[in-house]
Amino acid sequence: MNDKANLITASDLKVSRGGQVILDGIDITVGSGEIVTLIGPNGAGKSTLVRSLLGLEPIDSGKIDRKAGLVVGYQAQRLVIDSTLPLTVRRFLTLTGNQTDDELVRTLELVQLEPTLDKSIHVLSGGEMQRVQLARAILRSPDLLVLDEPTQNVDISGAIELYRLIQETRDRLNCAVIMVSHDLNVVMSATNRVYCLNNHICCSGRPAEVSKHPEFLRLFGQSAADMLAVYTHDHDHDHGPTGEVRPSHNHTH
Amino acid sequence: MDDFIARTVLAGIGVAFAAGPLGCFVVWRRMAYFGDTLAHSALLGVAFGFLLGTAPTFGTMATGIGVAILLVWLQQKRDWSSDTLLGLLSHTTLACGLIAITFIQGVRIDLMAYLFGDILAVSNTDVVWIWVGACVVSGLVLLLWRALVALTVNREMAMAEGVASQRVELAFVILIAIVVAISMKVVGILLITAMLIIPPATARHIAKTPEQMAVISIFVGCLSVAAGIAGSYRWDIPAGPAIVVSAAILFAIGMTSGLIRGDQRHG
Repeated sequence: MNDKANLITASDLKVSRGGQVILDGIDITVGSGEIVTLIGPNGAGKSTLVRSLLGLEPIDSGKIDRKAGLVVGYQAQRLVIDSTLPLTVRRFLTLTGNQTDDELVRTLELVQLEPTLDKSIHVLSGGEMQRVQLARAILRSPDLLVLDEPTQNVDISGAIELYRLIQETRDRLNCAVIMVSHDLNVVMSATNRVYCLNNHICCSGRPAEVSKHPEFLRLFGQSAADMLAVYTHDHDHDHGPTGEVRPSHNHTH
Repeated sequence: MDDFIARTVLAGIGVAFAAGPLGCFVVWRRMAYFGDTLAHSALLGVAFGFLLGTAPTFGTMATGIGVAILLVWLQQKRDWSSDTLLGLLSHTTLACGLIAITFIQGVRIDLMAYLFGDILAVSNTDVVWIWVGACVVSGLVLLLWRALVALTVNREMAMAEGVASQRVELAFVILIAIVVAISMKVVGILLITAMLIIPPATARHIAKTPEQMAVISIFVGCLSVAAGIAGSYRWDIPAGPAIVVSAAILFAIGMTSGLIRGDQRHG
């Protein structure tokens, strides 16, 4: 891969909090226009990794190169706005930008939301909130779209629709995407590269490759792999409860 | 006589101007106890002011800024919860202040005036302090407004999009310390947080955007000051508490008229 096309390159990243190592020996690159998905159990350090890559968290050691002038559009994991803060859709969309009402309306239509700018943000449903967040990110014309579990609090059909919108957005803006996710089946089909994370990178590669990897199966179990319907694995090792986390740090790879 | 009324009203309005918009952030970010802690440290500042021979307002400002920075630093270490740290600093500084005051000789300090305010005794110098402070605070709040609102909505999102969170948030707590220092003479140490909280909370009943809430809270604050001073004059009651009670009455009116209209507050 051409190095110049990389938006973010991180090597040998280590992050710890309160004496506990959260991330160790992480090498990761995000190329321009790429869709990169981070998967892993709860507490694997997915969100910490994303925040570190963006420079929002201090790192213990390692090196992170970000393209100069990188414009980031960020979709928060769970955006809960305090009800004491009055906020209309218009004001939310223009928190860090200055767009005209026309632009705002057009963008809301792109994410298939009713273009009512004076509506209070507090009456939106979980799915609508995620789409408004997506609209906000689009308005920034980002080089990189960061989505931290974009389908939390969204039902399954809503999630599929949201992923379609994300894919459309990516194609329109030709931006890169970093997505933290746990919806293995939907995510992986739209992804260029998957990093399977559990404090270190267990495995990475194209979705089909990762789904065959023993470490992936260890973390997510056979049912996840079956759900992908990519590969049938004749496994001979132990699993935790289906699809669930086993906080083990002693596995080898 | 006219001078005295004018001074009183000017002092109160200066506080309302500075406290309204800043108080909105105190409400949104749930920092009432933070404001209280800075207020409690104010007495220590008064003592320092006397001991060092500077103006009490200056002593209070410097102490408040020091405590604010100490708090931010302790919170970042994350060894203790914010709540515990605030309780610790709030009462320790108040206790130290009460002790330090007793060491001041030659000056009889009217403790009640500092605890509950003595707006009717404000001097011209006090009014100048209040208005210089209010102008500095308002100017900086205007400058930092967008960044602060973005950080309040979602810190990570704002940071990812390039808002310098640490600088802005440090400036914010210093601004609260300044407001506390200039409000002390007007409503007193124990009631300062009321000026930060009640007018913005009242404004929330009708505001649709953060900007509306800030502007309306200034009006509500001014109205409370005017009503409080009038009540104080009319019934010979202490002005600071009268201002706070007026603000609370306005809040109650806002709440009940909202209920009568059947509005959904979040609508």
